[in-house]
Amino acid sequence: MRAKLEQIREKAISQITGCDSAEKLNEVRVAILGKKGELTDLLKSMKNVAPEERPKVGQMVNEARAEIERVLEEHKSKMEKALREAKMKAEVIDVTLPAKKAELGHRHPNTIALEEVERIFIGMGYEVVEGSEVERDYYNFEALNIPADHPAKDEQDTFYVADGTGAGDILLRTQTSGVQIHEMEKGRLPIRMIAPGRVFRSDEVDATHSPCFHQIEGLVVDKHITFADLKGTLAEFARALFGEDTKVKFRPHHFPFTEPSAEMDVSCFKCGGKGCRFCKGSGWIEILGCGMVHPHVLEMSKIDPEEYTGFAFGIGLERIALLKYEIDDMRLLYENDIRFLRQF
Amino acid sequence: MNTALSWIKAYVPELDCTDQEYCDAMTLSGTKVEGFERKDKNLEKIVVGQITAIEGHPDADKLIVCQVNIGTETIQIVTGAHNVKVGDKVPVVLDGGKVAGGHDGGPLPEDGIAIKAGKLRGVPSNGMMCSIEELGSDRNMYPEAPEEGIYIFERADKEHSKEKRSVEAGADAVELLGLHDTVFEYEITSNRVDCYSVLGVAREAAATFRKPFVPPVVKAVGNGEDVHDYISVEVLDTDLCPRYCARVCKNIKIGPSPEWMQRRLAASGIRPINNLVDITNYVMEEYGQPMHAFDLDTIAGHKIIVRRAGDGDEFQTLDGQVRKLDSEVLMICDAEKEIGIAGIMGGENSKITDDVHTVLFEAATFHGPNIRKSAKRIGLRTDASGKFEKGLEPHNAEDAINRACQLIEELGCGEAVGGMVDVAAPMAEKKVLPFRPEKYNSLLGTEIESEEMLAIFKRLEIETVKNEDGSISLVIPYFRQDLNCDADIAEEVVRFYGYDKVPATLPTGEATSGRLSYKLRIEQKARDIAEYCGFSQGMSYSFESPKVFDKLLIGEDDPLRRTVTISNPLGEDFSIMRTVSLNGMLGSLATNYNRRNKNVKLYELGNVYLPKALPLTELPDERVQFTLGCYGDGDFYTMKGVVEEFFTAVGMCKKPVYDPDSGKPFLHPGRQANIKYQGVTVGYLGEVHPEVLDNYEIGTKAYVAVLDMPSIIPLTTFDRKYEGIAKYPAVSRDLSMVVPKQILVGDIEQMILQRGGKLLESCQLFDIYEGVQIKQGFKSVAYSVTFRAKDRTLEESDINAAMKKILNGLEQMGIELRQ
Repeated sequence: MRAKLEQIREKAISQITGCDSAEKLNEVRVAILGKKGELTDLLKSMKNVAPEERPKVGQMVNEARAEIERVLEEHKSKMEKALREAKMKAEVIDVTLPAKKAELGHRHPNTIALEEVERIFIGMGYEVVEGSEVERDYYNFEALNIPADHPAKDEQDTFYVADGTGAGDILLRTQTSGVQIHEMEKGRLPIRMIAPGRVFRSDEVDATHSPCFHQIEGLVVDKHITFADLKGTLAEFARALFGEDTKVKFRPHHFPFTEPSAEMDVSCFKCGGKGCRFCKGSGWIEILGCGMVHPHVLEMSKIDPEEYTGFAFGIGLERIALLKYEIDDMRLLYENDIRFLRQF
Repeated sequence: MNTALSWIKAYVPELDCTDQEYCDAMTLSGTKVEGFERKDKNLEKIVVGQITAIEGHPDADKLIVCQVNIGTETIQIVTGAHNVKVGDKVPVVLDGGKVAGGHDGGPLPEDGIAIKAGKLRGVPSNGMMCSIEELGSDRNMYPEAPEEGIYIFERADKEHSKEKRSVEAGADAVELLGLHDTVFEYEITSNRVDCYSVLGVAREAAATFRKPFVPPVVKAVGNGEDVHDYISVEVLDTDLCPRYCARVCKNIKIGPSPEWMQRRLAASGIRPINNLVDITNYVMEEYGQPMHAFDLDTIAGHKIIVRRAGDGDEFQTLDGQVRKLDSEVLMICDAEKEIGIAGIMGGENSKITDDVHTVLFEAATFHGPNIRKSAKRIGLRTDASGKFEKGLEPHNAEDAINRACQLIEELGCGEAVGGMVDVAAPMAEKKVLPFRPEKYNSLLGTEIESEEMLAIFKRLEIETVKNEDGSISLVIPYFRQDLNCDADIAEEVVRFYGYDKVPATLPTGEATSGRLSYKLRIEQKARDIAEYCGFSQGMSYSFESPKVFDKLLIGEDDPLRRTVTISNPLGEDFSIMRTVSLNGMLGSLATNYNRRNKNVKLYELGNVYLPKALPLTELPDERVQFTLGCYGDGDFYTMKGVVEEFFTAVGMCKKPVYDPDSGKPFLHPGRQANIKYQGVTVGYLGEVHPEVLDNYEIGTKAYVAVLDMPSIIPLTTFDRKYEGIAKYPAVSRDLSMVVPKQILVGDIEQMILQRGGKLLESCQLFDIYEGVQIKQGFKSVAYSVTFRAKDRTLEESDINAAMKKILNGLEQMGIELRQ
């Protein structure tokens, strides 16, 4: 009996491990463990065993059965694994074939630059506001300390709109600075705002000029605002926009609506300030105009310049976009050639 | 403004710095240097040589062989120039040296031209004799140079004029020509009228470098005669001429001006002419005060009258051109006639000739804006008008005219008559401002000591006066018209204290929250969705041509033709503010089509400008249009898809209605629709009309959609409410029907949605077909209708009841079910 059992066990294991398909394995399982299998048969012959021997023999049969089943399971999973691996080997793809893309559209470089600027100032607590593009002379000039006959009116060749009065009162704004006045007139202080928008000047189209372009105006009015605050704020802005290592330089300048006024240069982000073709060898790139709000401007907007002070700045959006993305011709921004737009 | 540094140094003799240091320091104190150019760039090893012998070249008729004494030795030079003689002293560049340009003028090479010893047709030549062009200049700036050939310092056959320095062989030729100098170009801001002059810049330079400023000492020279016996002046239009100063110089001897004057003018870009013209130009540059010289003998009645011209008058200016005048142009006249356009240009009839004996000098102050506008209208902008239009300070006129007379005498050009005719409106007193150091510091965020401020004022010629109460007043010099308030003074302080020394701080005080306006947030969403859908952002001009309406087939009476019109446009093509956004879009699509770009999808967010009334009395309505356009991949329904994706993204979750009765002339009449949301028309979409495509030269179908953002914004929301996810199974039924062709699928859908009741979850069109299997005038339409209840599994009876209602509805519309 014992010898028989041992013989079945050995035969079973050798048959199982010799199987190379699920079908064959099943056949082996049936032949040994099935209802009419050899081991089942052996169990059936237990009645011939002496009763006192039966528990011992029974245990031996069960042990043999458990081992056969274990080997069967092991071999099965081994075979399945081999099968899956073979399948995957056959399923190898060419990973260098082209990607399937939902072709996304592209944002205009002006907008990308604008959103970067907005993100920086929103983080500093500035509200983003807008003003109208067709504007009254008062907001574009007079309230900004540019009275009639002021040469600055000529410097910014203005488009006038045919109006009923013939007095040239309505014009296309030449700067976003008028939004400063609208904000101040609301009488809500303190003010921290930026105002991006389209402006117009009578410049013929060429690589560096466009009769339509965009500015971003900034204005802060509060008690105790200083020129040092202006410097600190714009230096922070420059670092956020052009990188932590960016240095800034403030040069005196003149704008009718700020005093003192300045222009801000940033260290050339191309050469780091050593001087290159990009910065015309100077190491610096002019980026914006700024200054302390002129006391007359505050007064005209009903704000007491003895109590409140403020600073303002104006950034040319196209200038930032052209510099940041190294675009060499402003006309590209308004042609809308898809091969240009796809690069952003 | 261009000025040689040597001229600045004439008034700031202790100035000692490199060109770069000067450039940086001046820019940082507010006199912006745009650039500078060394005149001796690429001029190396150039000395004076004296020709000691000339022989013909053995093998070339056109060449000569010269022996040239260069001080230390005599060298042999072969040249093709023929204007030299034995004994002439000429500039010679030696072996290993450099010159700036070629002999024919033309653009100067960046690195100059290196000169090496060599052989010309077999004869050794150890250097080169130079023309003025090779030295990087031209005859305009060095009128004494010959038209062709070598520049000659001293001709052997000419008497040396006594004022000319004697030239030694071997001396530095570049030095002799005044080329060891640097010309700086300044950008002067419009508030600093005083700095449009060499003296003004020199004053700034002195203050910047803390060196003494030494302006010329001007004396009102003159003989014992009285100018009033020569000339009288009457100003009729005092509003346009606050001051008119006149002086007379007689016994004029016209000749060249001295070299130093010629060199300074040349460096400023002014061509030397003769002593008289050069003196007026020199004083104009030096003082920033334009002057005019008349031939006194041409002035009728020896009387000057300043008055406005008559409308339609004509006048010949000294350049020979006839100019048309009007009653806003100020004229200088004599007793009989007009002799000059004030501040702009003198007349042909009174111009100085070489035969002049007696000169009348004019130094006046004119109304800046009037000069600017007159120059613009006449179309004649001159150096003088460019200065006058800035609004000159009247005190300066007197100094300038006296300086000119002084130079006339000093340079032996003539004799000044004593006295000055001066017709002037009362001139402003010197401004007095309180000294408020705390105010300046609190504006600047600095702690600058009062003493330091006062030291700065002293350098700027701002006087300080101690008042009885111990306070200090600042007395502003006349030439500083720009200093009027504390902020102006604070700028003076910080310019010279140093912008770079001001600390960098951040504003303190009440916190504010940064944000985009709601409108801008919706626009940002529009950009996001357009881009997710494959559309790229374009930008086009706000103004366009009135021809656009014809191109877009917009009717003569269409209100879209009522435009905001620019009175001074760049041209007709940019003369009206757009009332439709399509022209920009179609123009951009056409550009892409023309460049053979495939599958182009663009969008734009930009304003149209709709006048509320014409003529314009108030500002127009500016409406942002969200415009989408495409050709290539995509069709009407692609556009519809973008519109609906956008609506969903901004919380407009109801179904929009598309009304084909939209009447847009620029769209295909059978392929267009107005987009309505909750009864409001918010935009339109469609296929572009084939004739419009032709007009834009787009050779393929194009589709557009335009959304009027001001109509959309009130319908949007960013609020969202969770509605639960269905737990019970859905049941679908297919409806296959034959529909009369004219019935819109949208109407069927609306009926199904209405009749399907609460249980209807969705209805989805899955097939639409017209063709041979379907009878004429009909189309086959198939819908999958899905029902679901929130709270239970649906029974067959529920669905049958709902379907029955839908089927009844179909019947009423004349729609048969397909068997």
